[in-house]
Amino acid sequence: MLRDTTCPESRLVALRFPRLMGMNTRSLASPLPARHPVTEYRLAGDLAIWFFILAELLAFGVFFAAYAFTRANHIELFNAEQHALHRGAGAINTALLLTASYFVVRAVQAAERSAAAISARWLLGAIACGGGFVVVKLIEYSAAFEEGVSLSSSPFHMFYLSLTFFHFMHVILGMVILAALWQGARKGRYHPGDMNGIETGAAYWHMVDLVWLILFPLVYVIH
Amino acid sequence: MQYKSQAVAMPYFIAAIAMFVGQIVFGLVMGLQYVIGDFLFPAIPFNVARMVHTNLLIVWLLFGFMGAAYYMVPEETETELWSPKLALALFWIFLAAGVLTILGYLFVPYATLAEMTGNDLLATMGREFLEQPLPTKLGIVVVALAFLFNITMTMLKGRKTAISMVLLLGLWGLAIFFLFSFVNPHNLVRDKFYWWWVVHLWVEGVWELILGALLAFVLIKVTGVDREVIEKWLYVIITMTLVSGIIGTGHHYYWIGAPEYWQWWGGVFSALEPIPFFAMTVFAFNMVNRRRREHPNKAAVLWALGTGVMAFLGAGVWGFLHTLAPVNFYTHGTQITAAHGHMSFYGAYVMVVLCLISYAMPILRGRAANSNKAQVVEMWSFWLMTIGMVFITLFLTAAGILQVWLQRVSDTPMSFMAAQDQVSLFYWMREGAGLMFFIGLVVYVISFFIKGEPRTVSN
Repeated sequence: MLRDTTCPESRLVALRFPRLMGMNTRSLASPLPARHPVTEYRLAGDLAIWFFILAELLAFGVFFAAYAFTRANHIELFNAEQHALHRGAGAINTALLLTASYFVVRAVQAAERSAAAISARWLLGAIACGGGFVVVKLIEYSAAFEEGVSLSSSPFHMFYLSLTFFHFMHVILGMVILAALWQGARKGRYHPGDMNGIETGAAYWHMVDLVWLILFPLVYVIH
Repeated sequence: MQYKSQAVAMPYFIAAIAMFVGQIVFGLVMGLQYVIGDFLFPAIPFNVARMVHTNLLIVWLLFGFMGAAYYMVPEETETELWSPKLALALFWIFLAAGVLTILGYLFVPYATLAEMTGNDLLATMGREFLEQPLPTKLGIVVVALAFLFNITMTMLKGRKTAISMVLLLGLWGLAIFFLFSFVNPHNLVRDKFYWWWVVHLWVEGVWELILGALLAFVLIKVTGVDREVIEKWLYVIITMTLVSGIIGTGHHYYWIGAPEYWQWWGGVFSALEPIPFFAMTVFAFNMVNRRRREHPNKAAVLWALGTGVMAFLGAGVWGFLHTLAPVNFYTHGTQITAAHGHMSFYGAYVMVVLCLISYAMPILRGRAANSNKAQVVEMWSFWLMTIGMVFITLFLTAAGILQVWLQRVSDTPMSFMAAQDQVSLFYWMREGAGLMFFIGLVVYVISFFIKGEPRTVSN
């Protein structure tokens, strides 16, 4: 899937929704003649991953909505237990994920310049940040479990563990994808003629980051 | 037919269709017993008719899946089957075991059957859908493992495609999850867990992989769309299927004594289960719209599109209807469940097997596609069965809503049997729709015997 170089759907979407798709005009992979200015815009990454990302966002969205409704019924309990969370750990993890996303952007930009080795190094940096997230999260979990937090200890704890663990699994999947990209970058697979693979993987990673940017304030911060 | 060994699929398909007819006959018997309680009593009591109806469905779908695998795998791997003889031997063993089991259900009281077949050695009987006596269960395992061995060996020596890998994953999952049918602890909560790990992880897990692989195979053949594109979407669909389906098992844990958080996990993830089904519908229509060739087998294309739509409606929409815990609190175990069960099995599994049979059978009989006349008759059967099933589902849904109201919501709730009496009109209408389905099935069988000039690619 990651190696799919011909992506007719992307072009189709780009033609139908030119402005919508103009999210990364710099990485123009297959420019058509200049008399068709509309094709300057194209979908970054494979259309399939965008469907997948939408499905993922929907899953998190449903969970967030369920959280909101339950919170509305247990405001005091939620406030008290939110206070007990390790906000510092959450903040460090936010920084780690944002940094990882920045590194991924740099990796994509390096691939656009055909700088495969540099691209691979940025990806390795992103994987390291992801690893940092996992370590911090595990420390946070072990502290929480010691305090008796479990899926059945309270409605808030149920959501806290469910949401963060579901996201945690996504970070791990994202790291596996980044590792595959790292391998591909080291072999020089991504270059201006073929950016589909790295853009597809990068889009997924950014989704993982984006979800955390909603999850962190929602669960840890907002009272 | 590109590979000689594909021919072993034929007896599997024929047996599957024969059992399908048997299944529907018993369905009609049961449907009538809903309104005329002593119909055929004591020869065929309701519980026996139900057991035969559901067990035949499972067994004929397994025949269909195996036949489909024997047909598809040589073509996908570009090599002959590892052992066509083993495939044929397994066919006869499985058929004999299946027929003996059904005869046992029909002619021996269930308790006696349990005594006769060693249920006291390892108690596995008496659970819905897993009623098979111990020797039959062991037979299923042996046949499944030998079948998987044959298919896996074939794949190892040939080309490995995404479609065949997904199919194999589904088939291995099918065999592995069936092993939980041997675990039957006294603790009812644990028993229910293991039971669902067979039932749910089959139909909302690994069987969907088989469905996806079969559909993708037929779509490649009839549309000529690039394998790359079809396989990519297959990956996306099965990933969503597995994530939503596996965690969605939680929607069966609501009232069995499992912790409360399952109401959230089960609700959220099973609410997402319609997505892969919807994706499959879009996928099927999209690929057919982008076809690069006009395949002469129009009937197979119709089944492929039909399975997408009906699986989404039956499994997706009707599943969602009662999957959330606050709804399921009222609808659990009512006719709403029966409505969902009927349309989802028909849409997802019956139709995809018929789709594969529709595509493969003419080729196995030496032609690219059946005559125009035969195809028209087959398409009639498609519409009769499909519309029949839509009405069965609608009438059962109506019966279910009324049942929920009378039995569980109203200020003066009725007993189960009193409520059943009140909804009998819908049961009569369901029986009528069932008859329409049966006529469709008879027309389907007739379509195999209609001669005429076969359609060729140039048509």
